[in-house]
Amino acid sequence: MSERLLSVIVQDEPRVLTRISGLFARRNFNIKSLSVGRTEQRGVSRMTIVVEGDDRVVDQARQQLEKLVDVIRVIDHREEKYVDRELVLVKVRIEGPDQRVEIRHIAEDFRARIVDVGRRALVFEVTGDEGKITAFIEQMRPFGILETMRTGRIALTRGSNAEIQSQRYAPGPSQTLEPILPPSPSSKESV
Amino acid sequence: MNGADALLQSLIDHGLTTIFGYPGGAVIPLYDALTARPEIRHVLTRHEQGAAHAAEGWAKATGKVGVCLATSGPGATNLVTGLADAMLDSVPLLAITGNVARHLLGTDAFQEADITGITLPVTKHNYLVRRADDLPRILAEAVSVASGGRPGPVLIDIPKDVQLEAFTGSFCPPRPRPSVGTVSEEYIEQAKALLRGARRPVLVVGGGAQEASFEITRLARAWNLPTITTLMGLGIFPAADPLWLGMPGMHGSVAANRSISESDLLIGVGMRFDDRVTGRISGFAPKAQIIHVDIDASELGKLVRTHLGLRGEASDVAARLAEGAEPQNLHPWWEKIREWKGRQVAHAAWGAGQAIGFLCGQLAENDILATDVGQHQMLAAQLARFQRPRRWLTSGGLGTMGFGLPAALGAALAAPDCRTVAIVGDGGFQMTMQELATLKRYDIPVKLAILNNSYLGMVRQWQEMFNDRRYSEVYIGESNPDFGILAKAYGIPSWRATDASELAGTVPSWLSCPGPALLEVVVPNEHAVFPMVPQGAALSEMIEDDPAAVQA
Repeated sequence: MSERLLSVIVQDEPRVLTRISGLFARRNFNIKSLSVGRTEQRGVSRMTIVVEGDDRVVDQARQQLEKLVDVIRVIDHREEKYVDRELVLVKVRIEGPDQRVEIRHIAEDFRARIVDVGRRALVFEVTGDEGKITAFIEQMRPFGILETMRTGRIALTRGSNAEIQSQRYAPGPSQTLEPILPPSPSSKESV
Repeated sequence: MNGADALLQSLIDHGLTTIFGYPGGAVIPLYDALTARPEIRHVLTRHEQGAAHAAEGWAKATGKVGVCLATSGPGATNLVTGLADAMLDSVPLLAITGNVARHLLGTDAFQEADITGITLPVTKHNYLVRRADDLPRILAEAVSVASGGRPGPVLIDIPKDVQLEAFTGSFCPPRPRPSVGTVSEEYIEQAKALLRGARRPVLVVGGGAQEASFEITRLARAWNLPTITTLMGLGIFPAADPLWLGMPGMHGSVAANRSISESDLLIGVGMRFDDRVTGRISGFAPKAQIIHVDIDASELGKLVRTHLGLRGEASDVAARLAEGAEPQNLHPWWEKIREWKGRQVAHAAWGAGQAIGFLCGQLAENDILATDVGQHQMLAAQLARFQRPRRWLTSGGLGTMGFGLPAALGAALAAPDCRTVAIVGDGGFQMTMQELATLKRYDIPVKLAILNNSYLGMVRQWQEMFNDRRYSEVYIGESNPDFGILAKAYGIPSWRATDASELAGTVPSWLSCPGPALLEVVVPNEHAVFPMVPQGAALSEMIEDDPAAVQA
């Protein structure tokens, strides 16, 4: 099943997360991951949602999202270049000095940072795209992973901030640059 | 001035001066403030569900926002059916509820219900008000959300202590209707090109075109288009026009369903391809290119693959499509359609079909007809001939039994110059029959006809056709009340008819009675509504007439 990345700029009102997750549940859309945080602007939050489904399903999800009163804007990352990252914390078991060295070597290859050192475990922080994180976890698995926590993907459209006056969270088309795709066939409707 | 006063002032500022409601502990400050506001007419219903449907009736008859009011907890939850109904039929509805004081929210306090949580999926938006000073802004926004774009219900939940809090804010003027933008000329030209190329076009008009009756009529006539109105769209295109083919869908006309199935171009305006309209979606209009016009972008392409989706106001798009029309030679197409139009169900000399046909025949052009849900509703939809929009009030999307009587009551108050008739079944009537008291109290001249067949007829029909007549819990005749005595208990005059000549004899005095009046029409128990498209079948697989009648 294909997946698509949507960024949703929302008013930071009570229940806004429930409105969005409820919409997805009610209409049978699958969320693979959802990350949410405040923005630099007071009262405005931003979510990155990874939606599973074919284009028709995701287009429908996007249009339903746009109808919510608290949603200021939905950015479909299929239509613009973007950068995305995921952060994971991984706690790996250590069973002796040899292993410790081996694990640290692997971590260096992944540019993983050690954020906590214990006698029997190390906690790593890895940032990167989804593939890198999954690969790191698979490398660590034989040593014994005690716990992991992933943030889910977060994304921003590319574009030099210097060329954009300032990112104002107004409804309407994105002010970012470098569109890579013409509007999808289903968004043929004139706006 | 406190929050309650500020809310009432804001309602007055928005021209919302009729409220259907029911008091309770958490709205006592609002009801107290009402006593000093003679500008506001409060209509006391006998159940909050009645208040919600009455507000819907008001809104459907006028196109303006209907207002209902209930207390916290059970009062609020009793509104939920009305909100869900308004959501599915896109009715602009404003529900105001009280709630427990702010410091008690979330503590399972007496009569506390998380009504904003409960109504999340059945409202366009809802608000929990945390400061009295926010009330005017929230009300202005709520009215704008309820009536803007695709209309729908909005709920405002106000804790009791917010109603009592001193108001120090300022008032907000009504907001202009938000613009949805216009469809670009390029797309209008594309649509016209499709129209020029079509040899078997149909125009399908739904409830979203309620304000576009004039433009739709122009469009249809300009291009000589066979025109179909959905259950929610009845009246938007005049039934007297020869271009009209009736209603599509499960109980739609032969002409409507056959022409959709054979069409090469279908233009849907303000309709949403509901499963009751389309039948099996893969068999819907299989030969047609589809142009879909809707104000709600998420409807375009939601259920059917549209070849051209136009997001915009129905009136604007229809008017522009009508301009410079080049009507094509559709002679062979109209030949076929005329043959289909001739295929009508023959109703028995006495029965629900005959009775409803007779009642509908008595209606004047300006009369409002409300129905409940079930067989009588489908028969009325098939047999009534509406020439204008907003004369037909019915629960389409949600199919809410109990809708008819309170909706008629609301409409009668909204349009005192129109006669309001309600046709209900014996089942649905008993779901909201307490509103007879409301009719009596305000002397609301609703003419109420109860079609009594002693059954939950539509379910019975399905059990007859698809469950080998295993009738399961659908007979209610043994315990129906005596409807005449019931009316008398409420002080409402009543009539009763048990055959065609009695009906013809009683209807004039029932209709001309000045106040509320009840007519019980006793019809044979087992009858079915045809034509019918069985669930899961395509429109082309419709059963055109009652198989039993055809054999006989």
